[in-house]
Amino acid sequence: MNNLKKTWFDYFLVLFFVFILLITLYPFLNVLAISMNDATDTLKNINFVIPRKFTLANYKYVFEEADIIGPLFMSIAKTVIGTLVGVVCTSMLAYTLSRRDFVFHKSFTLLFVITMYVGGGMIPEYLLIMRNLHLGNKFIVYILPGLIWVYNMILVRSYIDGLPIALQEAAKLDGANDFQIWYKVIMPLCTPVIATIALYYAVGQWNSFMDTYLYAKELPTLQYKLYEIMSQATMQLDTHSTNNATQAVTPMAIRMAVTVVATVPIIVVYPFVQKYFVGGMTLGSVKD
Amino acid sequence: MAIKNKVRPNERKEGKKITLSLLWKQRYLLMMSLPFVVWVIVFKYIPLWGWTMAFQEVKPATFATPIWKRPFVGFDNFIKAFQDRLFQQTMINTIGISILQIAVGTAVAIIFAVFLNELVFSRFKKITQTVSYLPHFVSWVIIASIAKNLFNDGGVIDTLAGTNLHLMSTNSPLIWFVIVVIDCWKEMGWNAIIYLSAMAGIDMGLYEAAQIDGANRFRRIWHITLPGIRPTIIVLLIMSIGGALSVGMERQMLLSNGLVQDHTMVLSWFSYMRGIKNSDYGLGTAIGVFQSVVGVTLLLLANKIAGMVGEDKLV
Repeated sequence: MNNLKKTWFDYFLVLFFVFILLITLYPFLNVLAISMNDATDTLKNINFVIPRKFTLANYKYVFEEADIIGPLFMSIAKTVIGTLVGVVCTSMLAYTLSRRDFVFHKSFTLLFVITMYVGGGMIPEYLLIMRNLHLGNKFIVYILPGLIWVYNMILVRSYIDGLPIALQEAAKLDGANDFQIWYKVIMPLCTPVIATIALYYAVGQWNSFMDTYLYAKELPTLQYKLYEIMSQATMQLDTHSTNNATQAVTPMAIRMAVTVVATVPIIVVYPFVQKYFVGGMTLGSVKD
Repeated sequence: MAIKNKVRPNERKEGKKITLSLLWKQRYLLMMSLPFVVWVIVFKYIPLWGWTMAFQEVKPATFATPIWKRPFVGFDNFIKAFQDRLFQQTMINTIGISILQIAVGTAVAIIFAVFLNELVFSRFKKITQTVSYLPHFVSWVIIASIAKNLFNDGGVIDTLAGTNLHLMSTNSPLIWFVIVVIDCWKEMGWNAIIYLSAMAGIDMGLYEAAQIDGANRFRRIWHITLPGIRPTIIVLLIMSIGGALSVGMERQMLLSNGLVQDHTMVLSWFSYMRGIKNSDYGLGTAIGVFQSVVGVTLLLLANKIAGMVGEDKLV
């Protein structure tokens, strides 16, 4: 298969993937360029990837006047707290369910796994959270309903299953209780899988939009703020809707700057952590 | 490697009674798991119990009455849903978008994976793959904002075409194609991962043997690579057919606008409109239940058909 001689097909493939790279990256670069371009200059033509008239006025406006600081901190708080709490709870539960000698090993595992396949659906969940538990517009609504993703729990559990059991036995002989075994022996060994699920939780929290939309419109996140900005503009390109010719920013420029602010954390961490993302995809095999 | 985990510590013998002393011995394990059991019951099982609302009349005013005292209305909510003026169009949209999505999405991911697998420049291959699943990690809100620049009137696509195509402002199923194209752009690289890992499992000896027998590259793809990932394709197809009615509301809502809304409405969104916007909880739940029940039926049906034509089944 590894014929060293390259055929026309090899070069066709290179062209094909250059094209793929181009259509994947162009939209992002376009957004970045518009956000850093003079807003009135952008009105002429929006198809460029290098700012024609470089300015940071759009960002200045967004941070000073467009009420973005609050949502930004809300997004950060939700991501940090949600990830920390999620990782601790998930790994703790995963450890107990990895113990074959635990009396409720089978029944508890089943209880969680079933929820991967059946769910109550949107309306019953909405009523439970809003009408029964009264969590609407409280910060905890971002954390509690989605506390544990069963898929992540299974990832950690499979990882613990692969660790040598002798370590736990040794700790037990030294007089450690089950809680101590979990956080002193198991947790330090689980770093790779913990990194993977932490990323899943963090990306999930940062990107989530429906939770704000359904339960907490008074606690807007960055994603929700961007949605609001978008829905104010019509389906026309919002370039000509400037009310004032002398105004330095346009709705489009604001939208682009906010889009960049909401995307940057993902793009910045992406190159460093993408191997963990994909790790989870192939790690996840449900055992017994 | 160290000792494999064949025997866990304190392995419980089959049939051993749950005694108080055993529970006491495992008190830490209980303390570490019981809170989450309570959580899963509250947040996952109580909503399941909420399905009973589909057979009752539940409005905000009557929500406080206990479940057993609410009027039982049989299948009235379902009939009301089917007779809704939006229902027919919603079903057409849901099925139309799903079929397009499954057909185009699967084909694109497979072609992407096959081509990437054939790419011999390994550094370039790695970069391409890494970049290709970047959009998967970007939220739909951001994707929608970006898509506006490309597909709206006067956007990049219009500029390239040299004319105004009205891609996101024509009240017709054209918007289905736009949504599916955007979805493919976002998920293509990510969906290809699973096919690529299936390809990595194909025996290299097969390729060598085929080469000795004089098979060219395309014949090797056709006779070895594609049959090699066939079980994966079938399993993923069965699962996506099971999810055919569960088209997510988030993507639909974000890529929609007033002009095309007739053709972007799908069942989950419809359930939201009736159940939460109009506060007819019973009706909204009934739509959700309909969606789930038909979904499971489709899954079993697809599984059965796969079995009948001799493919690997899901279960």
